Amino acid sequence: MNILSLFVLIPALMLLGLWVARNVNQVRGVMVTGSSLLLVLSIWLCYFFVSERSAGNTDEMLLVASTPWFEPLNIAYSVGVDGISVVMLLLSSIIVFTGTFASWQLKPMTKEYFLWFTLLSTGVYGFFICTDMFTMFMFYEVALIPMYLLIGVWGSGRKEYSAMKLTLMLMGGSALLILGILGIYYFSGHTTMNVNEIAAMHNIDPDIQNVFFPFIFIGFGVLGALFPFHTWSPDGHASAPTAVSMLHAGVLMKLGGYGCFRIAMYLLPDAAQDLSWIFLILTTISVVYGALSACVQTDLKYINAYSSVSHCGLVLFALLMMSQTAVTGAILQMLSHGLMTALFFALIGMIYGRTHTRDIRELAGLMKIMPFLAVGYVIAGLANLGLPGFSGFIAEMTIFVGSFGAKPLAGDPDTSFRMVATIIACMSIVVTAVYILRVVGKILYGEVENKHYLELTDATWDERFAVVCLIFCVAGLGVCPFLFSDMISPAAGNILRSIGVM
Amino acid sequence: MIYELSYLILLLPLLSFLVLGLAGMKMQHKTAGLIGTCSLSLVTLLSYWTAFAYFTADRVNGIYQTIVPYNFTWLPLGNLHFDMGILLDPISVMMLVVISTVSLMVHIYSFGYMHGEKGFQRYYAFLSLFTMSMLGLVLATNIFQMYMFWELVGVSSYLLIGFYYPLKPAIAASKKAFIVTRFADMFFLVGILTFGYFTDSFSFSFAGDIVMGQGTTPFIEGNIAKAVAAGGFIIPTALVLMFIGGAGKSAMFPLHIWLPDAMEGPTPVSALIHAATMVVAGVFQIARMFPLWIEYAPQAMSIVVWVGVITAFYAAAVACAQSDIKRVLAFSTISQIAFMMVALGVSLPGHHGAVLDNHAQLGYMAGMFHLFTHAMFKACLFLGAGCIIHAVHSNEMALMGGLRKYMPITHITFLISCLAIAGIPFFSGFSSKDEIITACMEYSPVVGWIMTGIAAMTAFYMFRLYYGIFWGTENKEAHAHHTPHEAPLTMTLPLIVLCVITVGVGVYTTIAGFAGWGGSFGSFVSAAGTDYTIHFNTQIAATSTVIAILSICLATYIYKGESQPIADRLYKTFPKLHRAAYKRFYQDEIWQYVTHRIIFRCVSTPIAWFDRHVVDGTFNFLAWGANEGGESLRSWQSGDVRKYAVWFLTGTVALTLILLCI
Repeated sequence: MNILSLFVLIPALMLLGLWVARNVNQVRGVMVTGSSLLLVLSIWLCYFFVSERSAGNTDEMLLVASTPWFEPLNIAYSVGVDGISVVMLLLSSIIVFTGTFASWQLKPMTKEYFLWFTLLSTGVYGFFICTDMFTMFMFYEVALIPMYLLIGVWGSGRKEYSAMKLTLMLMGGSALLILGILGIYYFSGHTTMNVNEIAAMHNIDPDIQNVFFPFIFIGFGVLGALFPFHTWSPDGHASAPTAVSMLHAGVLMKLGGYGCFRIAMYLLPDAAQDLSWIFLILTTISVVYGALSACVQTDLKYINAYSSVSHCGLVLFALLMMSQTAVTGAILQMLSHGLMTALFFALIGMIYGRTHTRDIRELAGLMKIMPFLAVGYVIAGLANLGLPGFSGFIAEMTIFVGSFGAKPLAGDPDTSFRMVATIIACMSIVVTAVYILRVVGKILYGEVENKHYLELTDATWDERFAVVCLIFCVAGLGVCPFLFSDMISPAAGNILRSIGVM
Repeated sequence: MIYELSYLILLLPLLSFLVLGLAGMKMQHKTAGLIGTCSLSLVTLLSYWTAFAYFTADRVNGIYQTIVPYNFTWLPLGNLHFDMGILLDPISVMMLVVISTVSLMVHIYSFGYMHGEKGFQRYYAFLSLFTMSMLGLVLATNIFQMYMFWELVGVSSYLLIGFYYPLKPAIAASKKAFIVTRFADMFFLVGILTFGYFTDSFSFSFAGDIVMGQGTTPFIEGNIAKAVAAGGFIIPTALVLMFIGGAGKSAMFPLHIWLPDAMEGPTPVSALIHAATMVVAGVFQIARMFPLWIEYAPQAMSIVVWVGVITAFYAAAVACAQSDIKRVLAFSTISQIAFMMVALGVSLPGHHGAVLDNHAQLGYMAGMFHLFTHAMFKACLFLGAGCIIHAVHSNEMALMGGLRKYMPITHITFLISCLAIAGIPFFSGFSSKDEIITACMEYSPVVGWIMTGIAAMTAFYMFRLYYGIFWGTENKEAHAHHTPHEAPLTMTLPLIVLCVITVGVGVYTTIAGFAGWGGSFGSFVSAAGTDYTIHFNTQIAATSTVIAILSICLATYIYKGESQPIADRLYKTFPKLHRAAYKRFYQDEIWQYVTHRIIFRCVSTPIAWFDRHVVDGTFNFLAWGANEGGESLRSWQSGDVRKYAVWFLTGTVALTLILLCI
């Protein structure tokens, strides 16, 4: 059996284990064992990948395998990983692992909660290991549906509204996606659903590509918080329980960027070159607009959700720049944003669990009451605004350097278009500082205003563990970015060569 | 190689930051302080050793070599790469000495000043972080590394200004400092991107002959010619953008607004970060890019000059009207940094064979010299101010007066530093300021005389401050509960050390300057990297000394007495002017208006509204439309057979009619 299948097999076994678990401790046991196994597996995969590459294996995809499961439409369960998917799998494992600890004390219906949580992660893992369009789409749907229940049942605030909105908008995206996938399948000669094979054939008429490119790009873009399809994100994040926010912002939103690159741009290269400027405008808007919106929000999770719009906008922005450096930066930004946002949502969840409010006007002086969480929050904030030594800085810098030097493409309105867009996107670093420091100054510093808060306690061991793990990862990526960029860059280069821009 | 240990200069403070940051809370105050101070003492020793080795090493053709003991690629990015390393050349070695000296003094001083403060360990951790970042900034081998440490010093400054985090003004000040400098950094970043893109390199290899250490990757030569070919405006544009970043960090008008507020931080921090080291980062940046400025953008340097002149004048004018002693010192710092900027800017293009011409670029040497002397005496002034604040528990001049009896050491050291900043011969400020004015005079007499005037203002407001604190009426009421007393030895010792440097450097350079001896500052740092002997221009030296003494006399006449009738009359005659100067000519209000009214109210709020009501509203409308559509369609599916029959009949008739018509 292919080792990659373990990434769906282990969650499947976890589902089974959760099903038979009889009390909370057993549930926790299953979760910890499963998520640790997955973490070990993905670390091993990274190690394996790097050693294969240094041994001189230059195949585009490693660990390739394929089993047909619906012959008439040539749908197969094909798996394979390149540098990009390897790091995305690692990210998912870290988030699932820490997410387990962040929802350690979740009540009620712990078992059911973790069942859906695990199902969601199955979808995510499946999406990243597959190379078959239809199977990817299937896993994508598997990841989306549990979201509805997780928010609708365990959420807070206007949870039914948010859950419904999120699901409907993402399903709308899926509708566009399936059209696009079928379009690619038929116009590439309906012989295969395998992404790499379709890309190698390169036989879709450019006019047809221009028709289907927007379908797929917007379909995935909805999940990647592309302006103006991002509005599910603030409501969805605000209502979701902690670990779900973590998983959603940390991993699920990355499916969007990954899909845009792996399916839309890779399979429709001519359209990507012709139309990228339109989407570049939209993503540039996302970057600045998200940051500016975050400045005036009063709910901690809204601030973070808009911040995610801005940061994920930067991911799509960099992907569309189609230079190797920018794309490497985009993947680094996915990793970095995934870890930082997970950290942020974890901390917000922990603060909310104590104060029962996320309104920044009601919070003050938390540094005195819960120093650990407050220090964690400051670190998360500084990482988010791009402090060197943390992942955000290196990702943003790679993106800016790559985008500034991106080659102008035929479709661009002007040769300096990409440069100007980069300069506009650079503005976000200032605005980010504004909204982060506003929150830090307001809720953490100052004197405690609400006397009831004085009785609150600092983080428990499981919370500390989750926070420390995430901070460690954020700092690790920030200090040793070369470990990851060496994996990502060649993979990005392969795809860009296939697109024909390198 | 003798520079093999230079990596420890960065590593030691980093380690002490990590140790104090992670385990500090469990430590005794004393242990934490000792860890920080010991690691810094080692760094200081290493820096001195490096400086000694560097300046005594053999020179090639009389030029100090640029030495790169370490340089490795941190992150490759296509044809560009982010490097990390250590670069030793005269200015970075000089900065090593300045930073480690002042930082060590501040570490020692803080033992006394921060005694018993909550968060003592955190304070020392941040000091270590700051020192590490600042050293990394000056040792950077490429513009990108510089930017990275530039951001780190910004953050450490943010953390230290906000040290007293329960206090509202401290929070606001730290936020302001970070955001204003971040705003400027955005330009810096765009400048770096432009530079990197057009020259295919981030490295400082344009600066001259470079000797590589063992185990270092060679630089890729910066392809400046390519950039020039792409358009003559590119290098100047990139440099000016970087200068905006430097102007933010170095508090140049109109980006200076954060610095006076930054005085909310602990006073030793103001001495270290906001007087001696971090705020000169902008000056250092221009000095680092100097070969490019002078070769490719000599016209653009006039921007630097005029920004400097305006800032120097503005800050000096405001300093004359402030009542908070730390604010006076802050504005004085802004004004003095502007002197350095002007000095760098007034350098004239010119060659002397293959190397730069030391005489035409006298300003370069003068600016660096002033950076060095200013760091010492301004740190001494700030630390002295700390002692005073410690004694009277206030920053307001009104609560001081007559302190010379109680605090003799602080008094003497403060006086010496005031004389140095005023530019009196035999004090270090004289030599450096005189060179600046000489350079200005050669650039343009207008600038020269303006700067002389501002130097006179400097002497005036510094002595206004001095008399206000140490002379005049003692405020018995404020001292009723608590007689002011001299600070403990940990606090006075740094004052004495800094003063000894000020006087020692002052005496030697003054005599050397008049007598034409070598071994003065110019022998170490000069535009060409060669030995440059400073000769004072006697006329200029005499003029500026006379003017400085006259303004000190004026300040003595107005402010020394028990009551100050002239000062009071001046306030009454020009109340508006005084008020405007006291309010810093409303710069803060203008920025406040721009950020709060325009950006928050007119940009962010409408965007947030637009998002919730228009973008989200559209989707809600779609959902509502689908819902309503479903509702109205539902009534068709009523289950009522008679209704179905009617529709069936109507349909059949309509269809038949249509078919018949066709």
